[in-house]
Amino acid sequence: MRNEGWQKAPASGRAASPGKNGRVAIRDVSIPVQSDLDIVGARHQGRSLAAALGFSPGDATLIATAISELARNIILYAKRGQIILKPVAQSDSSGLVIVASDEGPGIPDVRRALEDGYSTSQSLGLGLPGVRRLMDEFEIVSEVNRGTKVTVKKWRR
Amino acid sequence: MEVPILKQGPYLIASIQSALSDNDLMELRDSLVNQVGKFRSRGVIVDVTALDVMDSFATRTLRDIAHMIRLRGAEMVIVGIQPEVAFALVRLGLKLEGVSTALDLEEGIFYLDRMTRLRGKEARTRAQ
Repeated sequence: MRNEGWQKAPASGRAASPGKNGRVAIRDVSIPVQSDLDIVGARHQGRSLAAALGFSPGDATLIATAISELARNIILYAKRGQIILKPVAQSDSSGLVIVASDEGPGIPDVRRALEDGYSTSQSLGLGLPGVRRLMDEFEIVSEVNRGTKVTVKKWRR
Repeated sequence: MEVPILKQGPYLIASIQSALSDNDLMELRDSLVNQVGKFRSRGVIVDVTALDVMDSFATRTLRDIAHMIRLRGAEMVIVGIQPEVAFALVRLGLKLEGVSTALDLEEGIFYLDRMTRLRGKEARTRAQ
């Protein structure tokens, strides 16, 4: 069982379902990430949700790409973790929050990890700065031996 | 999801049909590098029109494939990068350095025809 030990595994990945008055009721989606197939699944769900929220195809692609990079970091450094997609609405704007968290080794020097070209794995080291450029808001909390949590946000234009 | 590879005269055409996992991409790399020898192909076209996301791994693997194909003595061109994907790649700061690209399959074949003819000419000049 791939999802063993993980609660709130998405049954079918349907993030949006028609609710009352034909409006689309959109809820949070939690996606366990522990294999390269989950990366594909996570970005697919992210794109569907972004489209349901009214993001342009261009922005939906940026969102899907950011999810792919975040999920890849989880696999690469922590082996497993999860991605939560949260639609957010404020009075005059709406958007999508993506939270990628793991209980992996953590990042000893977060500031350096945000510099272009830095990587502790054999990747290009563009993961985090790249994700930052794809999204509108970016926040990272990491503790050595405890894990890493990256929260990014994209506002609908 | 395996990527079908078609033999079209002196060229191989790998036409990606859907989203690919990391494993699928590595399998594509291995089979292209082998088949280019098996069929003595002069060129390879990788059609990514159906790819709606190209992240750092996909970009790096495609770049690796292009360089490996060249080491095997053939030319490679990537065709069909979508406008949104191109935008995301630029934002991510990813470059396909030293990799040829063309708009679509037709342009890709035109490019390979020109490149392989050039290679042939060079070889003939050296032989004289």
